Amino acid sequence: MKSKIALAFKNCKREKRPALITYTVAGDNTKNNSLKILNAISKHADILELGFPHNTPIADGGQIQGSSHRALKNGIKLKDVFQIVKKFKKNNPDKPIILMGYFNLIYQNGENNFLKSCKFSGVDGLIIVDLPYPENKNFAYKCKKKSISFIQLISPTTSKERMKKIVKDSHDMIYYISMLSTTGGKLKVSPKKIIQNYNTIKRINPKKNLVIGFGITEKTISSLKSANGLVVGSMLCKIIAKSLKMRQNPVTKLAKVVYNLKNKIL
Amino acid sequence: MKLKIRKNLALIDQHDKNFMYGGKFGGNFIPETLKKPVDDLTNLFAKLRKDKKFLKERDHYFKTYVGTPTPFIKLDNLTDHLGGAQIYAKVVSEANGGAHKIYNATVHCLIAKKAKKKYIVGDTGAGYAGKMLSMAAKKFGLKCKIFMGAKDIKRQRPNVEAIKKNGAEIVSVTTGSQTLVDAVSECMRYWVSNCDTTHMCVGSTVGPNIFIKICAWSTAQISRELFSQVEEEFGKIPRKLKLINCVGGGSSAAGFWNAFMNTTAEFIGVEAGGPKNSRLHAAPLTNGSKIGILHGAAQYVIQDKEGQIGSTESISAGLDYPGISPLHCFLKDTKRARYTSANDEEALSAYKLVSRLENISPSLEPSHAFAEAIKLAPKLDSTEVIIVNSCGDSIKDKDIIKERLGSYTR
Repeated sequence: MKSKIALAFKNCKREKRPALITYTVAGDNTKNNSLKILNAISKHADILELGFPHNTPIADGGQIQGSSHRALKNGIKLKDVFQIVKKFKKNNPDKPIILMGYFNLIYQNGENNFLKSCKFSGVDGLIIVDLPYPENKNFAYKCKKKSISFIQLISPTTSKERMKKIVKDSHDMIYYISMLSTTGGKLKVSPKKIIQNYNTIKRINPKKNLVIGFGITEKTISSLKSANGLVVGSMLCKIIAKSLKMRQNPVTKLAKVVYNLKNKIL
Repeated sequence: MKLKIRKNLALIDQHDKNFMYGGKFGGNFIPETLKKPVDDLTNLFAKLRKDKKFLKERDHYFKTYVGTPTPFIKLDNLTDHLGGAQIYAKVVSEANGGAHKIYNATVHCLIAKKAKKKYIVGDTGAGYAGKMLSMAAKKFGLKCKIFMGAKDIKRQRPNVEAIKKNGAEIVSVTTGSQTLVDAVSECMRYWVSNCDTTHMCVGSTVGPNIFIKICAWSTAQISRELFSQVEEEFGKIPRKLKLINCVGGGSSAAGFWNAFMNTTAEFIGVEAGGPKNSRLHAAPLTNGSKIGILHGAAQYVIQDKEGQIGSTESISAGLDYPGISPLHCFLKDTKRARYTSANDEEALSAYKLVSRLENISPSLEPSHAFAEAIKLAPKLDSTEVIIVNSCGDSIKDKDIIKERLGSYTR
């Protein structure tokens, strides 16, 4: 049976467009609002990444740090993250959700315990920022046994040799980091160069779904649309911050932005 | 499973193929982007530490630039005052710049040159790591950027001024607690974005494995010197010897103990207990913190049940860190070292007593170690020897000392 992530990519391919993948932080700015945001943007996004916040991130830029900070200040706990997923999945059972975060939270929760909660709430995939290949082999295997996709990352610094191994061990999705940057950096590499690198990875195994993330905004998204999927994260976090500052409703604001993003890649 | 230190193998090399000490401390929990730069640095360092020419270069700069050996002196007045064990100090604060951080900074600059990097970045808490890196960077012609918590910039002003004078840029880190933990995170994030042109120096024996190794390998100079100094003083290594060192990240302690690993010397690490009546501290080993992952390595770390890193508090910015080197976690679990803590007030009175009686002026970090020596010495007899690593100079703490004790004199 195909996973929901694989099905989402299949649908997009049929429509000859990349999958739109969003990233928001669970609990930003409240538990309720982050659920409402997921519900609203899921109409336009194909896959939803949901961050479980950590207070000492080593790869996040300012915007995502800000979102995590707001969420943690509001007292978000791992159990709330799973509740948000569970509630979302009740109304949107087929929309894939990927949790993204740092390994210490899983380590403290216990790997098996964490995966049990993932399964129970309906999580489809995991991205663990600080658990690279091959250190992630055991955990990735555990995920696979539970039919949860462990999503590997590839970066511009990844060697060809290493790339091959990562692609071989990958599940339903691989994430290509567009440039040397924390999340939300300004795109400092030309889209042409990014697509070139993307194609190099893609050629290793054309059947694998490869998405691009980091530095993607309304301005840059259309230039990268030959990819299987595109992730927009920091830009969304920034809009939440901005609308809170302007006392606007982040939910409606975000729904509109994601709608616009989608239109740019159709 | 009982953890054991393997004989005839350097402490920094006691890890397994996953770079874990005792199978559970350390490792490389890093983003994919840093995998290659960390691997490259690992390979380069493995080559350099076997390269006779490089070792000669290191020794040359240690001798002519850092100033080796640093003095080993008996603290006669303190010994008489306490009436017990004989107390000595290894005055590492006499090294160029005023603290042990110069060893790691110098070695990192030498490595950066070998790696053909033009830029170097580093974190700092007390400001000594930053000051030394900016000094060494200037000497070796590297452009330097120092990440420092906004709170530490305020409380360690003399070092901040030194960093600026050396021509380095200071990046004030305003996230989180605005102390060392945030400075390290921000520095790592900067490296993620600039690892193609920039070399990173982690200021202590923390972070991904290679940084632990380079740092401890550099500070090992302290005990290499001390070993011969002790032999010279006593004719042999005394049977009842205690080596007391403060631990924050743990770089000076690792260097202070290294050459004595296979002797009967007792190692005592002193963590920062924080203010007397505060719930907060910076002593994960003393207070039984659980293993967690911080800055790319598994270690005992102050954290909540969820795995969020906990707040710390200490009068000494250099010890104000929620984690502790995986090397010290390993030394604790193998029972080779024992760890305790001294609170702010104890450190302050130790500073006061030592600087009044002796011709040295330890900063608030080694004052924590002196506090433990002062507690222990009267209970021991005169056949026992205590050596304290006086690893930093108090000048950087003049504002804090003036505020807390009313005056600061040198």
